[in-house]
Amino acid sequence: MIRFLLKGLLRDRSRSLLPVLIVAAGVMLTVFLQAWLNGAISNLVQSTARYTTGHGRVMTRAYAQEADQIPNDLALLGIDTLVTGLRRTFPDLLWTPRIKFGGLLDVPDEKGETRAQAPVSGMGVDLLSADSPEWKVLNMQSALVRGHLPRTQGDMLLADELAERLRVRPGQTVTLIGSTMYGSMAVANFTVAGTVRFGIAAMDRAAVLADLSDIQQALDMNDGAGEILGFFPDDIYHDERANQVTAEFNARQSSSSDRFAPIMGTLRNESGLADYFDIVGVYSAVIVGVFLLAMSIVLWNAGLTGSLRRYGEIGVRLAIGEEKGHVYRSMIAESLMIGFGGSVLGTAIGLAFAYYLQIVGIDVASMMKNSTMLFTDVIRAQVTPFTYVIGFLPGMLATFLGTAISGIGIYKRQTSQLFKELET
Amino acid sequence: MIRSLCLFLIVPALVLRPQAPSPAQGGSGDEILRRVDRNMFSENKIVVSRMIIHGERETRSVEAKSWQRGTSEAFTEFLAPAREKGTKMLKLNDMLWTYFPSTDRTILISGQMLRQSVMGSDLSYEDMMEDPHLPHLYSATVVSADTLIGRECWVLDLKATKEDIAYDARRLWVDKARSVILKETLYAKSGRLLKTMDVREVMRVQNRWLAKSILYKDVLKEGEGTQFVVDSVVLDAKIPDYLFSKAALRR
Repeated sequence: MIRFLLKGLLRDRSRSLLPVLIVAAGVMLTVFLQAWLNGAISNLVQSTARYTTGHGRVMTRAYAQEADQIPNDLALLGIDTLVTGLRRTFPDLLWTPRIKFGGLLDVPDEKGETRAQAPVSGMGVDLLSADSPEWKVLNMQSALVRGHLPRTQGDMLLADELAERLRVRPGQTVTLIGSTMYGSMAVANFTVAGTVRFGIAAMDRAAVLADLSDIQQALDMNDGAGEILGFFPDDIYHDERANQVTAEFNARQSSSSDRFAPIMGTLRNESGLADYFDIVGVYSAVIVGVFLLAMSIVLWNAGLTGSLRRYGEIGVRLAIGEEKGHVYRSMIAESLMIGFGGSVLGTAIGLAFAYYLQIVGIDVASMMKNSTMLFTDVIRAQVTPFTYVIGFLPGMLATFLGTAISGIGIYKRQTSQLFKELET
Repeated sequence: MIRSLCLFLIVPALVLRPQAPSPAQGGSGDEILRRVDRNMFSENKIVVSRMIIHGERETRSVEAKSWQRGTSEAFTEFLAPAREKGTKMLKLNDMLWTYFPSTDRTILISGQMLRQSVMGSDLSYEDMMEDPHLPHLYSATVVSADTLIGRECWVLDLKATKEDIAYDARRLWVDKARSVILKETLYAKSGRLLKTMDVREVMRVQNRWLAKSILYKDVLKEGEGTQFVVDSVVLDAKIPDYLFSKAALRR
């Protein structure tokens, strides 16, 4: 039966070509947009995890309330013990302390007077330990543009754009002017080891990086850090596990009323990305829904047109005794074949586009010039197993619905009128 | 008031009062303010003082020695703690430089940096840079009388007569007999209370009254305020000229 219907479709192109093309177009767009949105949100999630929140983040309760302002006066103290405890209790995450800070970078001339100055946004990270996860997390090797990565204490990395602006070369001495955790003015000299480019406009404008111990010393934060970040080794955020770890950690601290007691949060909640996740979920559903609706209407019309054209054929089939239900079902079966064919074609084309943009990406640097969001300059699509199947839902369902609605007309045909109709 | 009290660069303002002023039997607010102002300043002075900063997590003490000439020139060297020892500050008119021995750098404090806290205390560099002569900046009215630490006081409301100053309004409690300010509250243009200052102890030095211990509180900041304690004051001291030059910062 299926072979019979398939032959009919292949031999009568007017029955199959247009619906297949319509389905393929819709499916292609659905597949491509899903991969693109997936890529954009993954980009945001990955960048936010790497540079801001990790997959899990430990702070003091007081710091957590004002984390956006980087209140180092409320930072964690006794972090060596805390990090050791985290590594022992939750060994499936990589734990690393960080200090974020703001300040001015002052470049002296030969006489030691200020030659240039710029506001900077800095991070003190573990750059000198042999087992530090930061090298991988921050992708340091590929980020390096000039000079070398920090080898000794007192080395600092500057965003390449910042270094260009300040006309600073590797090997030069710069002075960081900031604020200690007790509010005094902090002034410390660093040697520019190299320059880096992370491909994120918000970072590349004014970032400086130095070893954690140097920043602790500069900001008078002995054995302290603003945050301790936890990363899953596969670089993928696992919401369920992150929630488990967070709940377990926080349960141990819940009896303390100390506002400097540590508290953990997850990437999803700490970054404000929970809303993004939800929005993307809704958008994906809306996109699929809109294409489903639009294609159903188009295919319904195509079905109506087809029914008109096949008016005679259906009449003959009914006249020679074929049941209405059988005719209806055979048309539904035809539509599912068309839907399947269109979905396969559309998915293939959509995947081709998506894979192309997964490799090449689109450079949005000019649009992100003043952005404070942690988006990379090049946004790439991301193909996941779900991308392969997402198009089949609207593809199959639209043809099914279109035919199901237009085919209702079959039941309105009167057998007594068939021969009369056929005579005309 | 904070500006004039301002610790290390400008000697505590409560200090100076001429011998036996007529006990202020009222008079206008501006007259009382002028008496306070006259009492506040001597030409030269050398002050050794401590700031005890009661932070939210710990209490720290910072010691310094200041040399002041008039109201526009001041040189300060921090003596303790070890982290701050050797840090020097120089004020010349409206310029403020800080020298940090750990970096061998002299930094001009300007712009947003002026709003930063001095050594983590409840006072900002901006406070230090203001003209310490209150009558130059404010008009005063007497609003009531009060008693503080057992002393009869006039309560004055000060309203700024100039734009672009840190505090648009102040309320002062002035000792009627000694013309010493015993309490002060400072307000932003919006009327929001920004800082408070309470004198805990006064002392008499060379026929003038000096606030020996003052508690400053930045109400926008956590912690219990900064206690400023004057350990010694020498008035009308001889101060060499070279101290008031940038070269002195590195000596």
